[in-house]
This record gives sequence, C-alpha cells and structure tokens, in this order.
Amino acid sequence: MVRKEEILQDVVIKFAGDSGDGMQLTGSQFTNNTAMLGIDLATFPDFPAEIRAPQGTLPGVSGFQLRFSSDRVFTPGDACDILVAMNAAALKTNLISLKKGGKIIANTDGFDGKNLRLANYPEGENPLENNSLDNYEVTKIDVTKLTREALKEFTLGTKEKDRAKNMFVLGFLYWMYNRGMENTIQFLRDKFGKKDEILNSNIKALQAGYNYGDTTETFTTRYTVEKAKMQPGVYRSIMGNQAVAYGLIAASQKSGLPLFLGTYPITPASDILHELSRHKSFGVKTFQAEDEIAAITSAIGAAYGGNLGVTTTSGPGMALKAEAMGLAMMLEIPLLICNIQRGGPSTGLPTKTEQSDLLQAYYGRNGECPMPVVSASTPSDCFEAVYEAVRIAVQHMTPVIFLSDGYIANGAEPWKFPAAADLAPISVSFKKGLDEGETVLKPYQRDEKLVRPWAIPGTPGLEHRIGGLEKQDITGNVSYDPANHEHMVKTRQAKVDKIADYIPEQKLDSGPAKGKILVLGWGSTYGAIKSATAALQAEGYAVSHAHLRYVRPFPKNLGTILKSFDHVLIPEINNGQLIKIIRDVYLVDAKGYNKIMGVPITKTELVLKLREMLGGAN
Amino acid sequence: MANDTLTQPALTAKDFATDQEVRWCPGCGDYSILAQTQKVMPSLGIPKENIVIISGIGCSSRFPYYMNTYGMHSIHGRATAVASGLKAARPELSVWVVTGDGDSLSIGGNHTIHLLRRNFDINIMLFNNQIYGLTKGQYSPTSEEQKVTKSTPFGSIDHPFNPLALALGADASFIARTMDRDPKHLQEMLIRSNKHKGASFTEIYQNCNIFNDGAFEIFTEKSSKPLETIFLEQGKPLVFGAQQNKGIKLDGFKPVVVDLDNGSSKDDLWIHDERDFYKAQILTRLFDNPANEGHMPRPFGVFYETERACYEDVMRLQIEDVIATKGNGNLDKLLRGNETWTIQ
Repeated sequence: MVRKEEILQDVVIKFAGDSGDGMQLTGSQFTNNTAMLGIDLATFPDFPAEIRAPQGTLPGVSGFQLRFSSDRVFTPGDACDILVAMNAAALKTNLISLKKGGKIIANTDGFDGKNLRLANYPEGENPLENNSLDNYEVTKIDVTKLTREALKEFTLGTKEKDRAKNMFVLGFLYWMYNRGMENTIQFLRDKFGKKDEILNSNIKALQAGYNYGDTTETFTTRYTVEKAKMQPGVYRSIMGNQAVAYGLIAASQKSGLPLFLGTYPITPASDILHELSRHKSFGVKTFQAEDEIAAITSAIGAAYGGNLGVTTTSGPGMALKAEAMGLAMMLEIPLLICNIQRGGPSTGLPTKTEQSDLLQAYYGRNGECPMPVVSASTPSDCFEAVYEAVRIAVQHMTPVIFLSDGYIANGAEPWKFPAAADLAPISVSFKKGLDEGETVLKPYQRDEKLVRPWAIPGTPGLEHRIGGLEKQDITGNVSYDPANHEHMVKTRQAKVDKIADYIPEQKLDSGPAKGKILVLGWGSTYGAIKSATAALQAEGYAVSHAHLRYVRPFPKNLGTILKSFDHVLIPEINNGQLIKIIRDVYLVDAKGYNKIMGVPITKTELVLKLREMLGGAN
Repeated sequence: MANDTLTQPALTAKDFATDQEVRWCPGCGDYSILAQTQKVMPSLGIPKENIVIISGIGCSSRFPYYMNTYGMHSIHGRATAVASGLKAARPELSVWVVTGDGDSLSIGGNHTIHLLRRNFDINIMLFNNQIYGLTKGQYSPTSEEQKVTKSTPFGSIDHPFNPLALALGADASFIARTMDRDPKHLQEMLIRSNKHKGASFTEIYQNCNIFNDGAFEIFTEKSSKPLETIFLEQGKPLVFGAQQNKGIKLDGFKPVVVDLDNGSSKDDLWIHDERDFYKAQILTRLFDNPANEGHMPRPFGVFYETERACYEDVMRLQIEDVIATKGNGNLDKLLRGNETWTIQ
C-alpha cells in the first residue's frame, strides 16, 4: 500500500476523555516523546473539578492540549487540529475548540446509548452517525474492542484490560506522527516494573495501536513535524510547579540555607509539596501542617531559626495566611510565599486558571504591609523567578510573594536547563556576634539597604526578642510612640522600595522602544502577548511587549517605558488588577483586556483587540 | 526534683531578666510564673543562647520580652505552630511556648493538639486564668458555665474545656498541672517538663486579679487547699486532707474518696503511676466543679509521662536515611532529569 508522508509545521492535539481514561498520562507521554525530538511545544492540561465525577458525564471530562511545532511556540494554541474523544461527553465539551475541518478520532465504544444519554445528547441522536460532524474529518475506532482483542491472551479481567485503552490510542498517534515508542515503553517499565501482566498488557496495547495504524488501509497519511530552530543546548521538558520546586532546591543549595517547606495541600499548588518531598537527599524538610496558618507560621519559625522558610498555597490559603505575612513583615525575616493562583473568589474555580490575586498580594493584609512580589511568566520561568524571589527575601530580610498560576503550574515546555555552577550565587550571612562597642544586639539597626541583621538562636550574645507589636527603631523594643510608628511605617515601605536598586531594569520583550501600543503583561499571559505582538510586528505595526517579573517594586525605568507609547494595553486573566496599580503609580491611562473564564487569553483574541486599538486597520 | 539541678550553675535568675519594664497588672499571677521560670532556667544546664521562648497573643504572651533568651511574640494562637517549625528546623534548640487559655485552646486550639500528636520536644506552659484579660474580661474556653463576664451578662452558655483531658486525647506524652501560688511546685513542674523528651503540656492555674480574681482560690488558699487539692507523687498513694487522712481508691474504674481515719487503709488506695495511661485518663477527669456537693479534689503534679519518638528526630532520621542510601543530592543531576535532548 502506498502511504503518503506529509510534513506539518504546527499541530495542536487535544486528548479528551473521562477522568478515569488516563488522558493526562497519554498527553504527557506524547509530550515527552515530542520534546525528545527537539520539537518545540507547549501544553495545557484541563482538569475536571471532581476527582472522579460520574463516568461518562460532562463534568467528568479531562483534557490535555498539546501544541508542537517546528517554529518556536509560546502558547498551547487557540484551537485544535485534532481532537481525540474517548467518549460522547469529551466530544461535546471540546468540539468548540476544534478548528473547522479538523480531525476527530473517536472511540466508538464511548458513544453507546448510555454514554450519549450521559452526555445529554437527544434521544436517538449519535453525532458519529448523523451529519452533524460533516465539517470535520472523523475517524471512528472501537478502541475498547480492539484493546480487548489485543489483550485476549492475558489473564487480566475486562476492567483491567480496558484500562489500557489509552495506550492503544497513544500507540495509534505515535504511528500517525511517525514516532518511536521507546520512551513510553521505558516509562511503563519504570511504573509497572514488578507487575508483569500489567506491564506487558500496556506495552501490548501500545503496540496494537501502532500496528492498527500501520495495517489498516483507511489511514493513508503519516505526519512529521520537524525539529524547531531553538538555541543550541541540552533541553528537558519542565512543568511550572516542578520548576518552582527545583528553583527552591537550587536557591537552598546556592545560599547554603537548609530548605524548610511548611504547607497545606491545595489545588493547584500541591505538586510543589509532592516534588520537594521526594528530594530529601538535598536535606529538604517538608512539613505538611494542620492548616494554612500553621503552614506559614511554621515556615516563619524555621526562618527565624536560619532556614530558608517557604510556604506554598493558592488564593484561599493566601487569605488565611494574611495575618502571618504581616508578622513576617514586622519581624523582617526572609520568607517565601508561593501563590499558585486559581479562579476565585472563595473556593472559586480550583482547577481553572486566573490571575486572581495580584491585588491580594499587594494589599491583602492589615495595616501598611508592603511586600515584594515576583511573578513567573512560563513553566520554565518559574525556576528563575522563584530563585530571584529567594534572593530578594534573604538579601533584603523580607517576606516575598511569588505568583504563578494553574496554567503555567501544570503546563509544560522545553527548558534549556542551567548548570548548577552557572547559577548566580546567593550570598547571605548571619550576624555572628556583637560588634565592637555593642553591649546588646540592636535587632532593627539597618544597613545601607535598610536591612536589619539576621541573628539566629544559638548565637551567644545575640539573645533578643522580636514580635508583631510596633517596635522602636534600632532597639526593636515595643514602642507606642506616635512619631516612631510613622517613622517605622515609612522605613518599612522605603526598604521595599529600595529593592528597585537591586533588580534589573525592565526590558522590552519585543518591538520598538517607542511606538503606538505597549502591551504590558505579567505572569502567564506571556505566551499569548508574545505571539499576538509578534504577528502585528510582522505586519509593520509599532506594537511592543513588556513583561513584568518584578511586580513590586516595579523596575525603576518602567515609568519611562510606559510614557514612550501612545497607548498602554494590559491584558489580564482577571477583572483588571495590574491596571489599577499602574494607573495609580504612573498616572497612565492604560486600557485593559480582561478575560475571566478560567482559561488563558488566546493570541487570536489579543490580535483582534490590538487591531481595534490600531484603528481597525486590516 | 531538685536533685536534678546542676551543682554549680554559672548563671543566676538575674541573667535571665531583661531591661524591659514588666507591665502586667500589679498582683497578677504571671509575676510568680516569670520569677519561678527565671529561677529554674539557670539550673537546666542549657546555654542561654539555645533557649527560645515563643508566645502568641494575650497577657501571658508578653512573657518573652521579660526573658533574656531568644524569643518571639508571635500572633494569636500560632505560637505552637511557629515553635513547631523552629524545632523542626533546629532540633538542638530548647523551645518553650508560653500561651494562655484563649491563645492555645480557642484561637490556637488546632495547633496545640497537632503539636502534641506530633510530639515535638517542646515545653508548653499554658497560663490558665479562665478569662480573656488583654481584651478586658470576656469568658474563655476554660471559663465555667454560667460565668457572668462582659460578653456574657446573662451567664456563659459555653461548656468549658478540660485542658489536660484534651491534651491526653491528643496523645500528649507529658501532662502536668501546677499553680502560680505554689512556687516550689511550679519550679518542680518546669524542671520536669524540660526534662521530658517530647511535647510537655503544663497547665498553670494563674490568677487574674483584675477580671477573674480568686478563680482558683479554693485550690490555692491555705484554708481550703488541703481538702480541695491532691498532689500527685510517683509511687505514692493518693492522699489528701490537712491531716493526710483522706485518700482516693479505685472502685472498678470509679475513683472514690475514702476516710483513712474510718476503717480504710492506705494499702487500698490508688497508687500514682505516671506511666499508666488508663489511670491518667481517670485522673484528668477529676475535674468537678468545686461548688458541687460531693466533688473530688483537684489533682496537681505530673499526671502522665511516656516516651514516644519526636517529630523533629524522625524527620532528621528520614533525611539521613535517604542520604545514606542515595547519597547527597546533586543539583546538576536534579536539573537534568531523566530525559534530555540536544539541539545542535
């Protein structure tokens, strides 16, 4: 049989199925396989809110979107080229994101009467049988039947055999995209090493899927996406939360401070705890506290003792930690608070993404309580951003808030990881003893950075008491003196403002230094803004992109940059938070582009908005 | 256990005082607790710089400011959590928590029970005055029912906690009760609690002479103390009364008061055994309202002590075990991971 081989530049696949169908695993396996070939990629897992919603129902659908390309990519793609639908509910929920003319690979077994009913299709209507999908290229495969058939010599029960369905689909896609399967076979060996039947049945299902593509004559075309032109170097795939964990370990190693994580499980931050708890060989102490408050206060205790104190959480946990953050600010001890944001308010949308908590990070505490804020823009950027956040915390003796969100926390991308030796050193020192002429420690004596000494218990001669009550300048004794209070409030603010002298100036990510529109972003909108501005720059428009890592204090030159453009557009996945601060600080008439739907802003949406601002040209 | 003290302590109580003016109300029971703590500290043999006192919020929580050690006056209810983190990070430090009935049993109740179950080697000094003092006189979780306070003009409808029963329920490995008005006993309990390896929970009856004066008078006044209290001593029968002529014996699981002058023998009495968990449970329940007819005397002393692995030790051992099997972490190896590819 003659087979066509077609070379594609850019593909977006969405794997969708019941939350028990193993779609996240299928997606991440295909991702690793893609990455190993040097193809650029970005992923976006889309978890259901429930762990196991009733099988076959719409709320039970779990999705994993993967974009891969021989060009550089910065987003997981606005719409899909291929939708893998394991059941009727998966098709129904995801059809909207499939391009017209796109491919559907449907598991026909998931479209039986029961599944159709659970997906709320009208009685007697099957989208695979009526003409409703005429605008798409539909491939029907009875995955369940074929998997059972392939595994017939195994003694496993039907239920166990059916669990290998996702491997059949993965094998089929490997065939379709001309891939080897070694990495997945190795993965299965690592996972099921001692369980022979399960290991072999999964490998068999994977191979059966591949062979099905190879031998069934209906499939005439195989596709290849070539390597992307990326900077030379050694790469790996990395997810945002994993990068946070690695960044913390790296900062601990480079600063010489033992890492203590006090945390309480919360979506979507828990994976940082999971990851760190695996790395005890670095001396990492992970403490799963009884609640969010104990999580942060235990980290404060550890920091007081000279450890690198870290707590990780999401919006509702941030709210609970607010009082303790105030304490850390008053104590002026280093502490890192990582907020992996999710849809709010209240419990909100735990599994969906939102840039929900910038205002909370800025203002969400009692009293005048300034704290530096650092934000990450992509999964791999989490590493550098969290490393920087630690540097600021320990060198400026202050709690620092690190912001990420569900989108980049769970998203993956290729990462040209650094060598440990190339990481910037984080120098930190404890006060060793009383200076000459000192008879007692002055815990709030400040240096030129307005930073006080870190004097840890166990150091003879430096015994001292600190606390949350207002303190006298220099001595740290409790003070209700009116003038002292004003002085201390202003000093604590000045100390945080001064950090601007110790961070890099803001750079433009792309575009001219002066022009018509500056698109100013922070956090996970990076990819969408980069892609949209690149498209308009290619058409010759004076549109530039600046992306903030340092959100508090802002880089010193940010005002100058803002004033070099006719218009400033601030896209955010919230109801307008950075925009309020920018308007407040710089009196700039910035415009917002806001989407509050629990999903990222797409490139297409932003391009439309920019065209509108440019005066409807094109 | 005065015989545990070191022979020639280099430091004196004065070395543990700070230059800060003590600002509790004149006559407050806290003064005695502070004085006894300062007296005891030099005898513990711990270098001053290794002692850390963590408090929450409340009158008692001003304590660290008056002790010339390391100290943190943290936030309401969280001293136990701050202390847990500190002890996990620095197991070699001697960590003390000073807290009150509102701080540790109301707003911070959760952290208290979790510290106890984890068994950090931390000494908790609970100043129980059965009232909110710093906020000027509201009832607390240990206030008796029907108590009239600023926030309960018609009487409290809250049922009070029994702090020691709560602590034992949370698997505390050391529980004791003492009082501000008995300096010797208070010192002895502090020494015992420090000596205990594991979480120690010492409830100290403390008089708030402004908002709840005389709450424990019946246990502390010379006239009533002998009949209303029973001082526990290891291996000794439970005897009380001015003439030591009353005792407690166990009738099945039920403790009953017997008269030694009237036919009962000391040999029939309950012999105190700090190591007996079941008896300790009954002891904590000797918690009758002294106003009630036929009530039992209130026990003071060490109710229970047992040895159990401490969180911070197990945490350290686990890390040492992993390093022994896997070797020290290698940052380059971590960053590289298992699957890489090279772009030329």
